[in-house]
Amino acid sequence: MAQYAIELHGLTKRFGAVVANDGIDLNVRKGEILALLGENGSGKTTLMNMLSGIYQPDAGEIYLAGKKVNIRSPQEAISLGIGMVHQHFKLVDVFTARQNIMLGAGAHLRIQPEQLCEQFGFHLDLNKKIYDMSVSEKQTVEIIKVLSRGADLLILDEPTAVLTPQEITTLFEILRKMRSEGHAVIIITHKLDEVLAVSDRVTVLHKGKSVATVNTAETDEYALTSLMVGHAVDLNIQRAEASVGSELLDVHALNVFRADGSQALKDVSFTLSAGEILGVAGVAGSGQKELCESIAGLHPIAGGSILMENKRIDGLTPREIINRGVSMSFIPEDRLGMGLAGGLSLYDNLLLKTYRDQKGVFLRRRQAKDEAVQMVKELEISTPSISTQVRKLSGGNVQKVLLGRELNANPRVLITAYPVRGLDINSSMTIYHLLNEQKKKGVGVLFIGEDLDVLLSLCDRILVLCNGRVSAIVNSKYATKELLGLKMTGAWEHDDEEDDYA
Amino acid sequence: MPKLSFAGLHVAQRAPMAAWKAALLRVAAVLLALVVGGLILLCLGYNPLLVYQTMLNGALAKKTARASVVRNAVPLAIVALGVTLAFKMKFWNIGAEGQICIGAIAASFFAYSFDWPSWLLLTVMAVAGFIAGGLWGLIPAIFKTKFGTNETLFTLMMNYIAAYFIQYLREGPWRDPAKNGFPEMPRFAAAARLPSVLGVHAGWIFALAIALFVLIYLRYTKHGYELTVVGDNITTARYAGMPVNRIILRTMFISAGVCGLSGMIQASGANKMLTDSVAGGDGFTAIIVAWLARLSPVGILIVAVMFGVLKKGCASVETVYKISSEFFGILQGIILFFVLGVEFFITYRVQRKKEVK
Repeated sequence: MAQYAIELHGLTKRFGAVVANDGIDLNVRKGEILALLGENGSGKTTLMNMLSGIYQPDAGEIYLAGKKVNIRSPQEAISLGIGMVHQHFKLVDVFTARQNIMLGAGAHLRIQPEQLCEQFGFHLDLNKKIYDMSVSEKQTVEIIKVLSRGADLLILDEPTAVLTPQEITTLFEILRKMRSEGHAVIIITHKLDEVLAVSDRVTVLHKGKSVATVNTAETDEYALTSLMVGHAVDLNIQRAEASVGSELLDVHALNVFRADGSQALKDVSFTLSAGEILGVAGVAGSGQKELCESIAGLHPIAGGSILMENKRIDGLTPREIINRGVSMSFIPEDRLGMGLAGGLSLYDNLLLKTYRDQKGVFLRRRQAKDEAVQMVKELEISTPSISTQVRKLSGGNVQKVLLGRELNANPRVLITAYPVRGLDINSSMTIYHLLNEQKKKGVGVLFIGEDLDVLLSLCDRILVLCNGRVSAIVNSKYATKELLGLKMTGAWEHDDEEDDYA
Repeated sequence: MPKLSFAGLHVAQRAPMAAWKAALLRVAAVLLALVVGGLILLCLGYNPLLVYQTMLNGALAKKTARASVVRNAVPLAIVALGVTLAFKMKFWNIGAEGQICIGAIAASFFAYSFDWPSWLLLTVMAVAGFIAGGLWGLIPAIFKTKFGTNETLFTLMMNYIAAYFIQYLREGPWRDPAKNGFPEMPRFAAAARLPSVLGVHAGWIFALAIALFVLIYLRYTKHGYELTVVGDNITTARYAGMPVNRIILRTMFISAGVCGLSGMIQASGANKMLTDSVAGGDGFTAIIVAWLARLSPVGILIVAVMFGVLKKGCASVETVYKISSEFFGILQGIILFFVLGVEFFITYRVQRKKEVK
């Protein structure tokens, strides 16, 4: 085999008492795609930040083409031929693709963008402004940007998180082309099917250590999961059987604008019944956030109506909604940004909605403390104590606190936005299980999701949002991922060459 | 995660430090500040040990000195407690100086206008000081909730209006004709003066009572819980259905009201008249006191007394050694620099970067 493009030996990085990376070994050959697989918090991003010069390792060595290197800054990483495509794009919106690529390149610009487009077959108008571009096009600009600076090792951090299935197929085509041109590619992901679809080898991280490197052809989803989690996990999400009851939520012709004046929701209508999980699919930013927040009374409504158990709740504040006797729980996507007060203790966070029911001037915390102890036990929340600041808990535990509090309120309707985002597989499975439990209890669940496989196996019906419009409401028993993908982009006659990603 | 590399040094977040270790570091920082202050004294040609000794003696040896330490500490403590209420809500009330003035003016109005029995007059003056200060503080809060104005600038600017309003009263309507030519306001009648308890005006009792009130209010009441949530995360407060605007207005009214009450205590207890230096910078120093005490009511009492000692001690040094009183400002600045600086070392550790060759 060819020489390694990059080799890491015993790379270690500490943040305070936390060892984010603990003696990591990893290597990539030229003309190879390596998948870096690991749960959230397993140290993937820290590792890649050391490769791109953002962090300095505390110990360990990096060899580039057999030569030991010391990457002290992102500029140095670029001059060594390491290109990083971040999860969050760093592009100037009002500039064209070409301007963004040229920006700050100076002497670093080795290859003209036109040449790259031809070489790798990017379909991109270099004179198009970034704000006119789709997420996938922006990602292409980022890729061209690092390639034009002469990168022969390309690192992509969760590149598929924001893409539709069709766009993912295209991206993988490009990666394969890069491989055949002799580039080394590292793709960071936690999605197993993508690992199996595109990579040659997989390195698995678990709790900051590189636990295994295997050839993709010789492994499968189950083997990879148990490596990633540390033990075997049942990956099947069951759709709970429940009898669908009366209509709980009726949204009719909802129109909502964002603060910047753009329209977030256009004539959105749907109903949600008791004992049903209604999924909402859509490319990120298609109006999901506004949909949830309008129903919860946190976002102004320009037109339309929202009925909860035949009571109009549109235009009401959260407090007014509660006062009308409507029992609804909303679990927002950014839990520490909305829903929890990170600087307060676990039990103080449980009081957020119930403290008002207490009589008198003083606040009694006794009951909340008992409730907190109970919740920690039931949901297996790992925390030093119930008086720990919620901010100091890990993402999964933060979500459990929020979900636990909202479920304790016995809602009739539960709205959850990306409830498993940032959670590991075990926590995610717990959350799915809890949602199914609620459904069996006759709760109507609105589930905003991003993983189409999860939506298809968990939900009863799926509503697809495309640019703020409902492009479809389908029964998930008869829907496919490809269909959802098409509805998400609004590309009805999509003539993709092939669909080998499935 | 914040991270910095500079000149071969490498800064990284450290594991949370044990509470006693952090406390020890903070004490060490104060000592180090005194050492640096001593170096300055040395440069000026004084023996720092003798100066510090004079300072401590001057502040604590005599009963009258101790009384004036308490007199110094009272307004700092009360105002620091007042701004703490707003700070807990992350509402940056920099307007204590003006709220003190307005409170003092309102109290003085009753002192100058009515010939009531002392208990009634003092009660009305205290209530007037509180309400007037509170209303003055309510103005920036209303603008903040209605129009989203920046409260830091707004409260700061209102200080000047209040300060110059006192000067106007001194020059015009309330000028004491008996002081022929001297622009001063009259002294309060005996009934309008706070009585003396244990050798100091009764303001110190107010300070202790307010500290207890703030402690209970913040920790054990629903109001205190609400304002803490608003300060921690205003979006979550809205999400939970809290009446956020009402909480902001209410908290700011109480915060500024406490500062206004301090103005009444200064006028009635310390100065026994209204002067244009009734606030005298206490409104700003108190902000420092509040932060040094990390917004803890008990801590505020301790820090306020320490500042009282420093101020009185420096005054003694001034008379004995002819060192300018500005040295108090310098020393205060140095202590602040070190005490705030040590927080950095409590959170982060600095190490030499090991070069990986």
